[in-house]
Amino acid sequence: MAGHSAEMHKYSGWGGGVSPLGASYGKVFMWFFLISDALTFSGFLCAYGFMRHKFAGEWPDPAAVFHHFPFLHGKHLPLLYVGFMTFILIMSSVTMVLAVEAGHRMKKQAVLFWLGLTIIGGFGFVGSQAWEWYNFISGNEQGAVRAMHHGDVKTFQFYSDHKTHVIDTTRLVPPGGHEALSVEESGKLKASGKRVYGASLRQNEYGHTLFGDFFFFITGFHGFHVFSGVMINLVIFIMVARGMMQRRGHYEMVEKVGLYWHFVDLVWVFVFTFFYLL
Amino acid sequence: MGTAHHEHHDLHAQDLGKEHAHDDHHHDDHHHHEESFITKYVFSMDHKTISRQFLITAVIMAVIGMMMSILFRLQLAWPGEKFAIANALLGDKWAPEGILDPNMYMGLVTIHGTIMVFMVLTGGLSGTFSNLLIPYQIGARDMASGFLNMLSYWFFFASSLFMVMGMFVEGGPASGGWTVYPPLSALPQAMPGSGLGMTLWLVSMSLFIVSSLLGGLNYIITVLNMRTKGMKMTRLPLTIWAFFVTAILGVLSFPVLFSAALLLIFDRSFGTSFYLSEIYIDGHALDNMGGSPILFQHLFWFLGHPEVYIIILPALGLTSEIISVNARKPIFGYRAMVTSILAIGFLSFIVWGHHMYITGMNPFLGSVFVFTTLLIAIPSAVKAFNYITTLWKGNIQFTPGMMFAIGLVSTFVTGGVTGIILADSALDIPLHDTYFVVAHFHIVMGLSAILGMIAGVYHWFPKLFLRQMNKNMGYIHFWLTFIAAYGVFFPMHFLGLSGVPRRYYTNTAFPIFDNLQDINEVVTWFAILGAFAQVIFLFNFFYSMFRGPKSPQNPYGANTLEWTTPMAHTHGNWPGAIPEVHRWPYDYSKPGAEKDFIPQTVPLAEGEEDGGGH
Repeated sequence: MAGHSAEMHKYSGWGGGVSPLGASYGKVFMWFFLISDALTFSGFLCAYGFMRHKFAGEWPDPAAVFHHFPFLHGKHLPLLYVGFMTFILIMSSVTMVLAVEAGHRMKKQAVLFWLGLTIIGGFGFVGSQAWEWYNFISGNEQGAVRAMHHGDVKTFQFYSDHKTHVIDTTRLVPPGGHEALSVEESGKLKASGKRVYGASLRQNEYGHTLFGDFFFFITGFHGFHVFSGVMINLVIFIMVARGMMQRRGHYEMVEKVGLYWHFVDLVWVFVFTFFYLL
Repeated sequence: MGTAHHEHHDLHAQDLGKEHAHDDHHHDDHHHHEESFITKYVFSMDHKTISRQFLITAVIMAVIGMMMSILFRLQLAWPGEKFAIANALLGDKWAPEGILDPNMYMGLVTIHGTIMVFMVLTGGLSGTFSNLLIPYQIGARDMASGFLNMLSYWFFFASSLFMVMGMFVEGGPASGGWTVYPPLSALPQAMPGSGLGMTLWLVSMSLFIVSSLLGGLNYIITVLNMRTKGMKMTRLPLTIWAFFVTAILGVLSFPVLFSAALLLIFDRSFGTSFYLSEIYIDGHALDNMGGSPILFQHLFWFLGHPEVYIIILPALGLTSEIISVNARKPIFGYRAMVTSILAIGFLSFIVWGHHMYITGMNPFLGSVFVFTTLLIAIPSAVKAFNYITTLWKGNIQFTPGMMFAIGLVSTFVTGGVTGIILADSALDIPLHDTYFVVAHFHIVMGLSAILGMIAGVYHWFPKLFLRQMNKNMGYIHFWLTFIAAYGVFFPMHFLGLSGVPRRYYTNTAFPIFDNLQDINEVVTWFAILGAFAQVIFLFNFFYSMFRGPKSPQNPYGANTLEWTTPMAHTHGNWPGAIPEVHRWPYDYSKPGAEKDFIPQTVPLAEGEEDGGGH
């Protein structure tokens, strides 16, 4: 009888007694956790899409918002810095792959080297995000005007020339529009409304309030994930350095945090696409 | 002991695939550990103990939830009358001279719903039976991660504690209904319950989501990775299939509730406007602009609808097993049952819009949701008919567990039929937010799930506490509960059809409802009878736990693996090797067989075919 059952199950991992996916429970656990976390992010991104679609006319153009670059003050370089950040994060995923690969070969020093680079990349990304937030929060020198217009409170930008980026503070542009209002009408709005500088959760100078709300919330939630990932990587780095993986005989822990790290990277690709590119 | 234990599980999980001999070896190690009271009963990592912890917490929460319902039922039947019990339980502030305060009425309705939906029928039901039965029935020594399993319980415990704590804060508990729609729930100035009470509700739910995630991931991975040799997916008892799909639903839907709750927390505390726009309150205009409360409803019901299947599927799984064992017949249509569970699980994610027909939804979109919702009737009907055909010409053993399981079939059909009415947007629009809806969901998921859960407690009591419950008290409990339950919810359909809105403190201001007041009185009398019946159950439960007769190893003549373990709570479940599985679990009354049951561990005879359509 025993032979009978052995024969019956040898063709399929789903017959019990073995892990059908050929992965330890820890790895499968991580995969399912990531699926679940992906659903949380999907919830946020769907909410973002819902609102952006609803206020398509008033939504700020990301290229006009994010155009700063360190040490190049005053230059108009749309989306260059966020591209740089994204590059750092993707490179840190590459170094993570190399760390996992070195783990398969049981090369402790190589794991430490590549994992170390991953940690540095992670800090680089979180630091860049802080800088991005700083610029977003402090905004431009001239700010914007929030005023009542046709029964709704709207945010009016100051007119800026598309070629020279010189700002004309006497004329205002209504949200979503390209034509500037006349100097007289702009003056009335400036008198009746209030100046807004930079961004907070309650209002921002770039346009619709929800633009700022979702920016802070989603990049913040993602940044929190990256920060946790860096901390976890650091813990694993110390464990590897102490030789714990070598003693265990495998570097599966590195593989598991690697899965998390790639996931965080992948989520950023979506956040980047939806916030900056579209 | 803690970490050593944990690593043991890691090792165990990894070794399982390689060699079974390893398991036996590990198991011998257990006898050398002396467990202290703390590690054995409090911070235990054993699936059986965790299961009992979930059950007892859920029983306590259910009693609290039930008492709340009695208090607001008293107000609904006899509005404005004085009840000493209300004053005794709620104090002078919330029930001055025994008259229930309107704000507390809202709070009681809200917390009753939340406790019953999450603490009792999600945490309590899945937590108890997934933990108890998954390792037992698939032939595993424990869950994949005992440590995370323990954390899952303690998060659940903390979550229950915070939910109850809301009752004791100054503004009262969260009062915006269990669905906590903003802006009511987002603005502390909107109602007293939207202050600290609402914050505690959100804290509690966040903890609950963590608990459910840890538990759910564990259930999925245990079922996938730790089945004993021969336990193919197509040989899993239907209980395990139900728990497995339930866990997947939880892992996919709770994170979205988490998204909704986080955005709500930001609106409440940090000044964002995700759900808020153009609100005047106390004569002041708020500066929140642009948000949409409908967004919350979408996110909430994307969880909320799978949630009702998270509640009902485990109960259906337990019922499948109990009915087959006690009808002494194979379950009718095993493959169809598995397919229905999967179909229900899939469909549950594309029907959430039927909770939102009156939000101004485009009628075309509404009709899509009508269609998908009606589709769910198909797998549900497959299940109901398969229960009936399993019972047909069976040698039925009317144990209390079986009575409750059959009760579930009854309520599942009764409540399902009104579901078809409410699925239709044209019919739902006039019935929305009336007692018809209250009657529908209480019967189809509240009652069905609680009957299934109680059936499970009676049936698996020998595995939970090694003893048997008193049968006669069980029969009295069943008939009183069953009659009282229909007595409470059946008349509510007529209230709803007459237009009586749910969640109202009193309807005395509407003369058209005056002649319906005696229906409300009947409902409340039945509610009191139902509560009384649970006292019998509670006595039986706690008495039998200590004084009940010791159970034999396989009291029902069942096939599944949990009955091959000795009647003792040994860590690792089987003292020797893990049994191997050779057949499906439903070989009852097989023609030509010696006995009317053949356990899964018995090898197939020469030329014998495995059941379940292999």
